[in-house]
Amino acid sequence: MHELSITQSMLNLVLGQAEQAKAKKVGKINLVIGEMTGVVGECVQFYFDFLSRGTIADGAALAIKAVPTKARCRDCGKLFEVMEFDWTCPHCHGNNMEIVAGKELFVESIEVE
Amino acid sequence: MEIKVVKDILDANERIAQRNQKLFDANNLFAVNLMSSPGAGKTSLILQTLKSLKGKIGIGVIEGDVSSSLDAEAIGREGVSVVQINTAGGCHLDANMLSIALDSVPLGDIRLLFIENVGNLICPAEFSLGEHRRVLISSIPEGDDKPFKYPLMFHTVDAVLINKIDLLPYLKFDIDAFSQTIKGMNQKVKIFPVSCTSGQGIEKWVSWLLSQMRNPV
Repeated sequence: MHELSITQSMLNLVLGQAEQAKAKKVGKINLVIGEMTGVVGECVQFYFDFLSRGTIADGAALAIKAVPTKARCRDCGKLFEVMEFDWTCPHCHGNNMEIVAGKELFVESIEVE
Repeated sequence: MEIKVVKDILDANERIAQRNQKLFDANNLFAVNLMSSPGAGKTSLILQTLKSLKGKIGIGVIEGDVSSSLDAEAIGREGVSVVQINTAGGCHLDANMLSIALDSVPLGDIRLLFIENVGNLICPAEFSLGEHRRVLISSIPEGDDKPFKYPLMFHTVDAVLINKIDLLPYLKFDIDAFSQTIKGMNQKVKIFPVSCTSGQGIEKWVSWLLSQMRNPV
């Protein structure tokens, strides 16, 4: 249920940006969420519908770009997508890796009127 | 009209966390964010650590719980400064909750602050509090598959304590495979097998902790 505070933070951020732009309405919010964060898009949507009521973001569409977890193998140097329950390099089967994607949690852009 | 934002959603939390850390540094105080699933032994570890360090350095504890003050009472009986945060349903501590609790902590009297987070392997991983070190307790009864299930948590901590090793004869848990998985995800991590019941391994953990306090950042 960290989605509740994450959605609240996201909404505050969006409303702040919209206010700066003197917008009257927020039509769309483009989010980027990495798989590793464990943030569930449906939950964000659920909380958003509730939290945004009475704000200029009420009714805004949420577009969520999900980023899969990716790692670079420290042994063979190859880049690969980490599969659930398989944290090994598919090329050399090493398990020494640097995570390069999947931790994203940001607002990419908003569309306002 | 489209507005480019590209801002971390937890930016506001991060800013308060940085303010907390400045406050710690100004008071020459080392803060440890202690995380685990419920019942893994956070309070027991604090009690064991107090046994080793009480009288040597000033220690303070902030207890985060959804409800009750049972843990704070247990710590308070040891005569150290303790502040309870009840999150009233919230599944993690955030930097702002901590910031408010810090008003009740005698910062000048303590050198080491344990922040016991809410028992949870998901949400606390996301919310920085301004701590100097992030420490996770994983316990033998939880099973050795937890790094696969909660990779963000295992990826972001400085140390993992494997607690309840006194139960190894009774439960299936491959410490070597577990340690190797964590180290694969997180090269810097230190691993300490301990038992908060028997005190086994606590000495190594405490000496690591003291070594970190000399180089806090």
